[in-house]
Amino acid sequence: MNIFKNIFKNNFVLLLFLISISGSVNAAEGTTFKNQKPGFSFEGPFGKFDKESLKRGYQVYSEVCSACHGMKQLSFRNLSQPGGPEFSVEKVKAIASGYSIIDGTNEYGEPIERSMVLTDRFPQPYGNKDEAKAANNGAYPPDLSLIVKARVDGYNYLYSLLNGYEEEIPEDKDIGDLSYNPWFPGGAIAMYQPLYDESVEYEDGTIATIDQMSYDVTNFLTWAAEPTMEERKKLGFVVMGFLVVFLILMYLSVNKLFRDVH
Amino acid sequence: MNHDYQYTPKNGFSKWLDKRLPLMRFADENLLSFPTPKNLNYFYTFGFILTMCLVTQIITGIVLAMHYVPNTTLAFDSIEHIMRDVNYGWLIRYTHSNGASMFFLAVFIHMFRGLYYGSYKEPREIIWILGVVIFLLMIITGFMGYVLPWGQMSFWGATVITNLVATIPIIGEPVLTLLLGGYSVDNPTLNRFFSLHYLLPFVIFGVVILHIWALHVTGNNNPTGIEVKDSKDTISFHPYYTVKDLFAYIVFLLMFCYFIFYNPNILGHPDNYIEADPMLTPAHIVPEWYLLPFYAILRAVPDKLMGVLLMFGSIVVLFFLPWLDTMKVKSARYRPLYKIFFILFVISCLLLGYLGAKAPEGIYLFLSRVSTIYYFAFFLVIMPVLSRIEKPLPMPIGISNPALNNTVYDSGGGVASGTPSYAMDSK
Repeated sequence: MNIFKNIFKNNFVLLLFLISISGSVNAAEGTTFKNQKPGFSFEGPFGKFDKESLKRGYQVYSEVCSACHGMKQLSFRNLSQPGGPEFSVEKVKAIASGYSIIDGTNEYGEPIERSMVLTDRFPQPYGNKDEAKAANNGAYPPDLSLIVKARVDGYNYLYSLLNGYEEEIPEDKDIGDLSYNPWFPGGAIAMYQPLYDESVEYEDGTIATIDQMSYDVTNFLTWAAEPTMEERKKLGFVVMGFLVVFLILMYLSVNKLFRDVH
Repeated sequence: MNHDYQYTPKNGFSKWLDKRLPLMRFADENLLSFPTPKNLNYFYTFGFILTMCLVTQIITGIVLAMHYVPNTTLAFDSIEHIMRDVNYGWLIRYTHSNGASMFFLAVFIHMFRGLYYGSYKEPREIIWILGVVIFLLMIITGFMGYVLPWGQMSFWGATVITNLVATIPIIGEPVLTLLLGGYSVDNPTLNRFFSLHYLLPFVIFGVVILHIWALHVTGNNNPTGIEVKDSKDTISFHPYYTVKDLFAYIVFLLMFCYFIFYNPNILGHPDNYIEADPMLTPAHIVPEWYLLPFYAILRAVPDKLMGVLLMFGSIVVLFFLPWLDTMKVKSARYRPLYKIFFILFVISCLLLGYLGAKAPEGIYLFLSRVSTIYYFAFFLVIMPVLSRIEKPLPMPIGISNPALNNTVYDSGGGVASGTPSYAMDSK
């Protein structure tokens, strides 16, 4: 077992060091509050997305968030691919056809408008960045495709933020025209509270509380930030399983080989 | 096993080939029967691990370059295209991005091992110097690679680091313009960084070949630091060290795979998933973790130019190591004082890494100054002084002979009696 001891002793100190560094990098960003952790099904090495929640989450995005936030990395076809909400292809075609897009010009040089298809990206709410800013208190509503990866403790932060708007503003806070949300760094956020009870009417009959919608849309955005997560964890198990078997064989080989070396 | 072993071609074809291009002989002498000290521990497996890291980075990098677009308006989206649409693109990209971290982790252990066992000392000075060249090239390559995704940290990291060049008097400004291809980090910068990021790994590969060539001239050092004397001290590289290296590599791979498959973004910064925005500066600009110790040294100094000089100096000083530490006894095993200072040195490096991620103020600034001073003192003061005053412990006669050598040690000397014979001399 000396072999293991040697390797682990040395690698682990460094590993711990790495983890402590990344921890300290994150800590430097510091949110005002400690994030709420509702617990998600996709967490952990065998985590999978809750498909029903993803479907509800898409509904929240398309009916509420998409008014101001684009998701430029996503195409409609992603909604039916494995590891995601897995809507039926027909359903996604129907969703896509509800939007239209200017696609090239006809023989007279006039723009052609057609309805969207599976391969089209999600529609953008604004024509350009300045238009978006002008409509939103001067703050640009960030694209949500990668928002979970682009924030420290992404999904817990997002859930806490959406679920964490407060009516009462502490006396020492001066937030001007902005809204108060203790989970947003600094507390003053340009986004008005987006979700209220019954903001959407869920197709599957789930009661749409603020908490439920925050949870569902967080699930959806986590998937959207990395649609290949389930595939990644599944492959990881196979690869590491193989390596463990290989490791045992190599351990026995090393022992046998070096038995007679003194 | 046998020192006097000679490669003999076995069949007609290999005899024919051996007279024209002795490939098989070369492989046999350098990979199979190469005499290697029999007492190498697991710290000596990192040479193999590092070779595998380089190969992994080159292969994944070539595939990534097939899909990546080095243009400021497209780079960020092309990375997401790789992550989402390219078959196993996520695997290739996560392997490449985490592979860089693993590469540096391995190279740090490899270098600390060299420091501990005195592997930079006569006759291995060239091996060490080539190693430092590789390390320097790795830093430049890693830094440029981090710019390519064109996220916020890519852009602002590049801005901060390239601006250091401007602190150099007279030539600073024009060199900076040349480096950036303009007056600020922009499309020409991304283009040339991509070009260089693709080129440098092959330069590294070339220097690695020289590094291994030099190693095969002198033969390996070993944990005792006593040179190999005869065939009793060595075993053949294959199967002994091929198998042992492979075992260590699998342990390393398991850790690597944990990051790729279960925590692929922990070593990066979340801000790099936000597309670069020259109008919006992030709250904290931090480089990748493996550059943090150097970043801490840079910020420990109140004067900008001095900071830059010290940061580069922290690597340049490594080139002079073989002449700063003149103690003939190589291994820290027999150098009780050096061992203590070495451990303190490792701690100071880890501390610098930790402090590089902290804001340079208050206790953090104070600690980074202390660590920086110790970093340089270790090489420039402690090593030369110890070489003169330290009394090494009694050493065994040889690798295979644990009996203690009764030769009287003079301080600064203390080599085992007899002329050392190096592995390759026997040829």
